[in-house]
Amino acid sequence: MSIRVQQIYKKLGGVEVVRGVSFEVKSGELVALLGPSGSGKSTILRMIAGLETADRGEVWLDDRRVDHLDVRERQIGFVFQHYALFRHMTVGENIAFGLDVRKVPKDRQHTRVRDLTALMGLSGLEDRLPAQLSGGQRQRVALARALAPEPTLLLLDEPFGAVDAKVREELRRWLRRLHDEVHTTSIFVTHDQEEAFAVADRVMILADGALQQADTPTGILDHPATEFVARFVGDVNVLDARTGGGRIVAGPLSLETDLADGLDVHVVIRSYDLKFWRDDVGVATVRRVLPLGDRVRVEAVLDGGMPLFAQFPRRSSLLTGVEPGSRIAVEVTHARTFPATPAA
Amino acid sequence: MRDPAWTRHVPRLVIAAVLLYLASVVVVPLLALVKTVLESPGEALAGLLTEDALGALWRTVVVTAIVLVGNVTFGVLGGIVIVRDSFPGRRLLDALVDLPLAVSPVMTGLSLLVLFGRDGWLHAPLAAVGVTVPFRFPALVIATLFVTLPFTLREVVLVLEELGTSEEQAAATLGATPWQIFWRVTLPNLRRATALGATLTTARALGEFGAVLVVGGAIAGRTQTATTFIHTAMEERQEPAAYAMSLVLAALAIALLAALERLQAQEDT
Repeated sequence: MSIRVQQIYKKLGGVEVVRGVSFEVKSGELVALLGPSGSGKSTILRMIAGLETADRGEVWLDDRRVDHLDVRERQIGFVFQHYALFRHMTVGENIAFGLDVRKVPKDRQHTRVRDLTALMGLSGLEDRLPAQLSGGQRQRVALARALAPEPTLLLLDEPFGAVDAKVREELRRWLRRLHDEVHTTSIFVTHDQEEAFAVADRVMILADGALQQADTPTGILDHPATEFVARFVGDVNVLDARTGGGRIVAGPLSLETDLADGLDVHVVIRSYDLKFWRDDVGVATVRRVLPLGDRVRVEAVLDGGMPLFAQFPRRSSLLTGVEPGSRIAVEVTHARTFPATPAA
Repeated sequence: MRDPAWTRHVPRLVIAAVLLYLASVVVVPLLALVKTVLESPGEALAGLLTEDALGALWRTVVVTAIVLVGNVTFGVLGGIVIVRDSFPGRRLLDALVDLPLAVSPVMTGLSLLVLFGRDGWLHAPLAAVGVTVPFRFPALVIATLFVTLPFTLREVVLVLEELGTSEEQAAATLGATPWQIFWRVTLPNLRRATALGATLTTARALGEFGAVLVVGGAIAGRTQTATTFIHTAMEERQEPAAYAMSLVLAALAIALLAALERLQAQEDT
């Protein structure tokens, strides 16, 4: 089932948290809604499900307009951030709930529960109560429960937010696999860009209640549409610069450009799109060298005072002789430029 | 100067003090009562088996049963309204519910007497349909309902606030109707709170004295309850009957607590 959201708006507590968002998700796609907290992503998800009502705008599932329908009638599966399992029901009863309230015969409920527990790796836990499960297991029960009535659309609100890092990694791979098997059109909300890129076919980035960019993970990384997106998806340096003579000049650095002369711009450089090496003439001075497991972060100050940092693999030859106080040369291998004052 | 051997005993001393206090204010008086009754069991039993005594006890049981149903129904519905709805005056209602805890039962009885008495606001309309409240059975029910009002509601409000609405929202996305959500999600989650509220209500209803005395009048064979029976028996120097009835009430209270303990133990497993 495809879904189309058209110009939806929502005010909560006097603040406009969603401002004219439109997008489409094709049938069978797995899409991430990515944004910092307060960007409106959860509210959008809840409006699609019918847990909130949009102030304006339309929500379409295939050819059916659903924004005026009650939650119950939309038949959309929803996985809540903190599971929201029925605590007084067993795992089996939780999963069967959506079938039971629709008066599906008991034997069909049993078959469905059996199939889903097998699919989710929950076999043998049917008679446990939610309190007797681990975080990862609870999340899978929540997913099985949402999938049981065979929803046409599955929405997941920060599905891995409440489990620890290792389980999160496992659940991610597992959601991707599940989606490849079940093919239910799915949208999940996350504030974690790594999670969005690792799982989703397409990522939609939100800020301040507005859609910034919707593209494949590679598309977003290679062609960020706005400075916000470029800053949000990765560790970046942002340098104040000015164009002149066909070049962008940021302190001692200068890059080729085809922009007109005399513009104030922001140059956004990812931490891995820089090379530093020891050079006693150099253009910058190393301040700190921080080991980060398999990578090393080098913080330096350009002549003129602008800070700059880069990351290198731990054994990189570029690190030879790079230590606090040493002078270094800087090469920018890739950068993106945005107007300093965003065009209104 | 700092003696570790001495400080080690502090927790034990505190525990001992608590136990001693509990024993002196709860256990010893109860034992004294049991002892007195056991000294002349025949007399006590005779005092309890009179028509007045049995009638008073029965009246207490019936009042408690009615109050229990009313209190739990009001507590659950009122709790849901206070936590989940927003309407003007919600906070005032929330505060008013606790009033019976703050007001002396004697004042409660008195204000009911004023309200339902000969010159009261509700006297004429009720008289028109043939109902008299003061010094009649309905007075006992109304007074006891009033003094037990917040018990279930408070427990329900606490649980609902902690619970949030996510389970109910989940049920709605799974296709449950509001009715199904209430019976299958909300209510089961309130089971424990309701049991606790019901226990407190029962205990209070069995033991209520001031309000039922003032508005009921403790008329033998009509509005006398177990507690007012004890009061009357003491005044008439019928001590064995008073002790026997006290013991019955104490036994009921202990049975109630035991039942609650068992219920909680069950829920915890």
